[in-house]
Amino acid sequence: MLFYLLRRVLAGILVLFLISLFTFAIFFWLSPDPAVQICGKTCTPERIDQIRSQLGLDLPFLQQYWQFVSGIFVGRTYGEGAGAITCAAPCLGFSFQTNQSVTDMIADRMPVSVTVAVGAAVLWLLAGVGGGLLSAVKQGTGWDRTVMFGALAGISLPNYFVALLLQYVLVVQLQWLPFPHAASFTEDPVAWFQAYLMPWLVLAFGYAAMYSRIVRTNVIDTLGQNFMRTARAKGLDQSLVMRRHALRPSLTPVVTLFGMDFAGLLGGALITETVFGLNGVGKLAADSITKNDQPVIMGVTLLAGLLVVIGNMVVDVAYTGLDPRVRVRSA
Amino acid sequence: MTTVPSELAVETEAKGALPSGGAPTPARRVLHSLRTSPGAIASIVIIVAIALMAILAPVLSAITGWDPYEFDPTAIDSDLGGLPIGPLGGVSAEHWFGVEPGNGRDIFIRVAYGAQVSLLIAVSATLVTTTIGVVLGMIAGYFGGIADQVISRVMDFLMAFPTLIFMIALLSALPAGNRPALLVIVLSIFGWPYTARIIRGQTMSLRNSEFVEAARASGAKPLRIAFREVLPNLRGTIIVLATLAVPGYIGTEAGLSFLGVGVTPPTPSWGQMISTAVGWYAVDPMYFLIPGTFLFLTVFAFTVLGDHLRKALDTGDAA
Repeated sequence: MLFYLLRRVLAGILVLFLISLFTFAIFFWLSPDPAVQICGKTCTPERIDQIRSQLGLDLPFLQQYWQFVSGIFVGRTYGEGAGAITCAAPCLGFSFQTNQSVTDMIADRMPVSVTVAVGAAVLWLLAGVGGGLLSAVKQGTGWDRTVMFGALAGISLPNYFVALLLQYVLVVQLQWLPFPHAASFTEDPVAWFQAYLMPWLVLAFGYAAMYSRIVRTNVIDTLGQNFMRTARAKGLDQSLVMRRHALRPSLTPVVTLFGMDFAGLLGGALITETVFGLNGVGKLAADSITKNDQPVIMGVTLLAGLLVVIGNMVVDVAYTGLDPRVRVRSA
Repeated sequence: MTTVPSELAVETEAKGALPSGGAPTPARRVLHSLRTSPGAIASIVIIVAIALMAILAPVLSAITGWDPYEFDPTAIDSDLGGLPIGPLGGVSAEHWFGVEPGNGRDIFIRVAYGAQVSLLIAVSATLVTTTIGVVLGMIAGYFGGIADQVISRVMDFLMAFPTLIFMIALLSALPAGNRPALLVIVLSIFGWPYTARIIRGQTMSLRNSEFVEAARASGAKPLRIAFREVLPNLRGTIIVLATLAVPGYIGTEAGLSFLGVGVTPPTPSWGQMISTAVGWYAVDPMYFLIPGTFLFLTVFAFTVLGDHLRKALDTGDAA
């Protein structure tokens, strides 16, 4: 068991290392020179060289990469003397466009993204698992067809389109909700709820659609298994059979999916946050793309990678508790 | 116990077969099941209509007299900040789906050219990922050993990647260049493992089947076995996977264009049109409704068709 966990952690670290190396390499070789960007319009070649050497941009690739990685663990200093900028560990880089460390920028935006992710996750688990179960149990009926048609629509509708539709109907036409604006929970809980309601619904719709399809397939699959027939033959009550025997094997694959989806969402819902003007990590990334603020894009990419890797690890550990077969295999 | 088919059974079988007689081949069976399903027929009609619109975009442009890049200042009201003149976002005999607010470009023609871009990117990415996925999946599944180890680890790595954000980082770092081609490459890099994983699994089970052993015993070379014996049996799975991959790529391309890292203006693309429409959604909802509906219908139709094919070909849980 311990060996299994250790191997999982090491594999995760390897993935993170590769992600950071790839991301760094992409920006190193493919993108325009950040020194030119920092220098601005009134620029001389000497000035560019000066900025380059100040920021260590004239160093070879591996050395720059090393500086970046060591910055994450021990912090780093850009430049020398009076104009030096210190960036405390964990330093994911420094944005010269906003004069802020990338870590601080992300930390500022994190609470919004977490709120979006948690609210949406609650909704989509309820709707997705509930809908999938209903569909499977009432297989072939009107319920099943309704849920599955809704799910099909949900996976085919891009979330920015749903976001615009919802906003147009609820805000412009029916005027049930005010135009989206930022609000804090402690000062005005109603406005806070109104601000997050649409992003939650939009995200939850897409994920719930996917989950209900998967849950339905899994439950129907499980219901056809031999152990289910045995359970019923023992004379167990139908609802008890469902709860005790069918639910667990049908829901374990959902756990894997949920771990990855939720972790990915914590790293920012790019499109949803942008459409609703929520200042989360996703919007930070989208804005940085527009402004071509490379250190920020890289920081967010790494964070997303870290979250997905952690999410995967948590799922693997949870699996050993949920699915006895995994325990046997890894023992 | 041997069962002799009763008259009844024979009759039902004959009904399933086509008038030309003979045993129904898998292809015929699939065609038959598609023909009898209204959902499948509707989705095929939608796909064909949108494909025709994409292919005939230049012809449509000649018929309506509008070019996707042509501004029409007479169709918009400059006093109202460039809102289209007339109801429903400026729908008229001249502009069938209205015009874009701000510049008066014809939405119908831009949607048609947008279909061209979307389908071209999605279908090319599907061809590339299917080819790579099938070849690498078959190598990993058939030969096993080190080849399997290497391919499987690369797949694990790519699938554990935060794909969307990484695609965005990659596309935003890349210089402008040929955007559609870059999109195909980026989509393919992250897309092939999903095909390869399933092909690998099915190849592994086919490798041990009797007809492959028979071929091996008769002295067939591995390459010949792979292409002549294993590949034909993967046909159903490949068709289903490819059909379901297309809507995925259409959606991703539109999402990337929506975020501003996909197809760059002025080339029209559905995602990019919706992205511009965000600023106008309250006053001119038609601007996001039209490209959004086309995007939805295309993805929906391919998904329904893929689901039907999967059921008809009974490829289990492929994809």
